[in-house]
Formats: sequence, C-alpha cells, structure tokens
Amino acid sequence: MGHFSEAARGAAGLILSGDATLVGIIVLSLGVSLAAVFFATVLGLPLGAAIAVGRFPGRRAAIVVLNALMGLPPVVVGLAVYLLLSRAGPLGALGLLFTPGAMVAAQTVLILPIIAALCRQSVEDAWREYEEQLRSLGVEGFAAALTLVWDIRFSLVTAVLAGLGRACAEVGAVMIVGGNIDGVTRVMTTTIALETSKGDLPLALGLGLVLIVIVLALNAAADLVKETARRRYG
Amino acid sequence: MILPLSLEQASFAAGGRAIIAPLSLDIAAGPSTVILGANGAGKSVLMRLMHGLLAPSSGRIAWCDGDAKRVRRQQAMVFQRPVMLRRSALDNVAYALAAAGERGANCRRLARAALVEVGLAHLAERPARVLSGGEQQRLALARAWALHPEVLFLDEPTASLDPSATREIESVIRAFDAAGTKVVMATHNLGQARRLGDEVIYLHQGRVLERAPVETFFTRPATAEAAAFIRGELPWV
Repeated sequence: MGHFSEAARGAAGLILSGDATLVGIIVLSLGVSLAAVFFATVLGLPLGAAIAVGRFPGRRAAIVVLNALMGLPPVVVGLAVYLLLSRAGPLGALGLLFTPGAMVAAQTVLILPIIAALCRQSVEDAWREYEEQLRSLGVEGFAAALTLVWDIRFSLVTAVLAGLGRACAEVGAVMIVGGNIDGVTRVMTTTIALETSKGDLPLALGLGLVLIVIVLALNAAADLVKETARRRYG
Repeated sequence: MILPLSLEQASFAAGGRAIIAPLSLDIAAGPSTVILGANGAGKSVLMRLMHGLLAPSSGRIAWCDGDAKRVRRQQAMVFQRPVMLRRSALDNVAYALAAAGERGANCRRLARAALVEVGLAHLAERPARVLSGGEQQRLALARAWALHPEVLFLDEPTASLDPSATREIESVIRAFDAAGTKVVMATHNLGQARRLGDEVIYLHQGRVLERAPVETFFTRPATAEAAAFIRGELPWV
C-alpha cells in the first residue's frame, strides 16, 4: 500500500502544482481521445444503424466481422496505421506519422468497430419494436435508421462511452504511431509505460489515478444525461 | 381511390405452418368491417397482409390503384400496442405527416388539429412515452387521423385498455367512420364488434367462415363454429 498512498500524494501534489508538462500531457490525451471518439461516432453510428436496418447479402458475415473487430489489438492497429502513414506508405505524403493527427487516426480505427457494433445491436433491438409502425408510416431504409438513432440517442451514449474508455486506456496504438515524443505526442498512457520502465512509480501511478478520475468523471456526466433523458422522455 | 382491396387466393405460412389458408376477399369502401375470431384465428396476420406489412406466401393482394406510393399514403394502421417515438405527442403526429410527404410548415398545424380531434390538445407538448396507455392509443389514432387515410386498419386497438379508455377510443373510431374513412378492425370483443361494425368477417383457423351484416351474424350465425364462438364469448346470454 505504500506505493499507492505515496502515488496519491504525488498525484495530488502534481495536479495542485499545475505542472505545465503534466497539464500538457493530460490535455493532449483528452484531445486525442475525444477527437477519435468524435470521428468514430460520426462514422460508426450511421454504419451500425445501416447494418441494423439494412437487408443485404452478407449481412450476417458483416455483423460477425464487426463484432470481432471490437477485439482488435491496439498494437496491430498501430502497426497498420504506421505502415499506411510511413513515408513509403500510401498516405505517407500527408506527413502525419509521429504527430497527434496520426494518434487520432489510429484510435479512430481502433474504436470505430466498438461504436458501430454496439450501435448496431441497440438499433436492431429498437427496430424490432418500431419496425411495423415505421413501415406502416412508409418510413424505411436510411430514414428509418436515422429515426431510430435519434430516438435511442441516450442509450447510444453507452456505445460512445465504451469507445472513449478504450481510446483513453490504450497505449499500443498511440505509442507506435505517435512515438511518445516528449512534449509532442506523449500522452498519459505512454507516459505511464515509460515512467514505469524508468522506475518512477509514483509519477506513473499518479498519472494512472488522474486517468481513472477523468474517465470516471466523463462516465458520471454521461450517466446524468442519460438518466435525466429517461425521466423526461420515458 | 385505392379501394377496393382484393385478396385472390392469398395465403400466409410461417415456419411450415399455414396461418392463413388461401382465401379470397374483397374490401370495398363504405360501411365498416369487423374481423372477428378467437385468439390465433389469424386476425392480426390477415390485417398485416392487407396493410402490406407481410407479403402473402401465395396468391395476390391488390388495391384498385396500382401506384405503390399512393396506396401506402392512403392507409394507416393502429396496433394493439402503440409505438411512440421519444418526442412530444405533437411531434409524433407531425413526424407521421412529414413521413407522408407533408411540407414542414403544415405538419405542426395539422398535427395540432388532429390532437384536438381526439381530445389530446392539452397534452400536445408532453413526451409521448410518458402518457397513459389509453392516451397513447388515442395519440396513435390522432397520428392516423392527421393522415386522412382512405382506409384505417385497427388491430385489437382496445385489447389492453380499461372500459373508460375503450369508450374514448371507440368514439374516435366512430369519428373516422363518420368522416368517410373505411374502418377495418380486428377484435375478439363481441360488444365492440356490435358497437362499431356494420359487417362481420368471421375468421376461424385461418379461414373465412362467414361474412354477414352484424345483426345477421349475431342473431343467425350460419356456421356452428360462429355460433359456438358467440356463445363462448358471451356465456351468460
């Protein structure tokens, strides 16, 4: 327990001191993960809803693949994005490798399947309830998917949170495509990995606590939104 | 005019089990039609076949108008359990109007008029899902009313409601009838069939056993099954 109390004190001290490096790391972490969540949500919700409502050949295979992709190892995603963005790769001209932009791209690829797969399940459950009514009103296909996504938007918060949790917690992808460059691409998880290997356990644990508190706070806020909505709209 | 609707040897089977035997039926404009039958007789499936939610396994179901879009626009259906979107009562009706191609500005005005018609104007801004069962069903009727359909299908609309809510629903259904909408209602409630129906189609194990004016059906049922059904539902008579 010695490590933990020391780490907690260390973390509190770091946060209260407003250490610029630490603040920079936290801001970059949140910035990268929230940006990835934004892109993955914008792409993933319509994709999940389309698969839920659509009837096309290979639909079941698509669902299986999508569900399997939820378990993508971050290092593999990192490697794939690294190859795409490396100077010799197809997107090398963008010059994104070892920038926060590359980290956003990698995390987007990582959490897109999570958000899409969870959205697909929620929308499909809702479709079962709404299908006859919507078809009776002449609403089908894309319009039906949009209506469903909007109607269960508060349940979809959970899907988005799952994506956010994954993005905040992963280290492999951002490490590979970001390079953990001090002051440029160093985020909380890569710092924790680095400091642990250097033996600075209090700093690593302190950052870990900060990470947990931030994720907890985001989840609490989302839960509040969801509960308020449930009471308001039924 | 999309009516009359004609079923020609239409059947429906699911999982190898015949639910609707091949049957031929004409539904014309005018007096309201009640589809009577016990649970499992195939009433709901027949309604869904006619409304186009299910495709027949064999045979043909055709409206007089061949234009699929007009056919869809000119019919509405109210289900046993209303399905409401998570938005206000007014917006639920407006949504149906928008889906039917009504222009944006008109939707809310027409929706409000429909809510007045069913007596829900005071609940217009209330979220639809928190309304009571009876109110939600009246809202479902308002949603149908706003569309001014030529045909209204009702699938046991009061099966899960108490008597006073049932009375309110029935008065709205009568208003549809008075406004010239063809009412086609499935029910197993004989009292309701008598109150709202002009003619009865008696369905038994997926077959039409009788089709007769309400009075004839109840006083002189032509088949033993129908007679037993009437006695069974009203054992004290």
